[in-house]
Amino acid sequence: MSLEVALFILFGIGAIASAIGTVTRRNPVAAAVNLIAHFFMLAGLYLTLQAQFLAVLQILVYAGAIMVLVVFVIMLLNLGNEEALREQFTLRKVLGVVIAALFLLQVSVLMNSAPSEHVHLSSNAAMLGTAESIGQALFTTYLFPFEAISLLLLAALVGAIILAKRKVE
Amino acid sequence: MNLQSVPFEWYLILAAVLFTIGAVGVVTRRNAIIVFMAIEMMLNSVNLVFISAAQFLGDISGQIFVLFVMAVAAGEAAIGLAIVLALFRNKRTVYVDEVNVLKW
Repeated sequence: MSLEVALFILFGIGAIASAIGTVTRRNPVAAAVNLIAHFFMLAGLYLTLQAQFLAVLQILVYAGAIMVLVVFVIMLLNLGNEEALREQFTLRKVLGVVIAALFLLQVSVLMNSAPSEHVHLSSNAAMLGTAESIGQALFTTYLFPFEAISLLLLAALVGAIILAKRKVE
Repeated sequence: MNLQSVPFEWYLILAAVLFTIGAVGVVTRRNAIIVFMAIEMMLNSVNLVFISAAQFLGDISGQIFVLFVMAVAAGEAAIGLAIVLALFRNKRTVYVDEVNVLKW
C-alpha cells in the first residue's frame, strides 16, 4: 500500500467519523468541534490531491473564519443540550433513512456502471494547485465571476448587519 | 509516476457518503445551528468532488469553482447565523420544529 492510499484512508475515515459526530452530538459545541476536525480532515484530503492552495484556504476560511462565527453564536445564545424529539418515529427520521438509502443506492448503481479502466491524477496536478496558477486563472478567465462574488459578499455583509442589529427607535 | 495513486472513484464515493451524512443531518436535527453545520458539510463534500475532478482531469476550473463555493459559504454563514440570532431574539428558540409562524 502506497503512502497516498494510506493517507487517503486515514483522512477519509477521519472525515466520515467526524461528520457522523457532527450530526449526532446533542451538545452544539461538541458538534462544532467535530465539524472543525472534519474541515481539517478535508484539508488533508485536498493535500493528497496536490491542491495545496485550497487546502490552506480550507483551514483559513472554514476552520478559521466560519467556525469562529458559529461558535460565537452558540456562545451568544447560551444553548444547552438538544432535547430529543417527542415522538419516537417522526416523519423527519423516516425521511433521513429514505434519503440515506437513496443516495447509497445511487452510488452503488454508479459504481457498477463505471468504466473499469483506472484514471490517474493528471501529470500537471501539482502545478495546478499552486497559488500562482489559481491566481492566473482567477484574474484572467474568471475575472467577471470574481467581481460578481465580491458584490455577493458585500450584499451578504449588509444583509447580516440589517438582520442581526436591534431595532433602533 | 502516479501509478500508485488513489483511484478517482474512491474520492467520489467518499464525497457521496459525506453528502449523505450531511443531508441526513439536515432533515433529522432540531437545532438550527446544527442544521446549518450539516449544510456546510454538504457544501464541503461538493468541494471535494470539484477538486478531485480538477486534479484528475488536469483542468484548473474546478479549483476556481471551489473558491467561489467558499465565498458563497462564507456569505451564507453570515446571513444564516444572523437569521438564527433574529429568530432567537423574537421566538426564544432555535429549534426548527418550534418555528411555525409561516404556517397558516
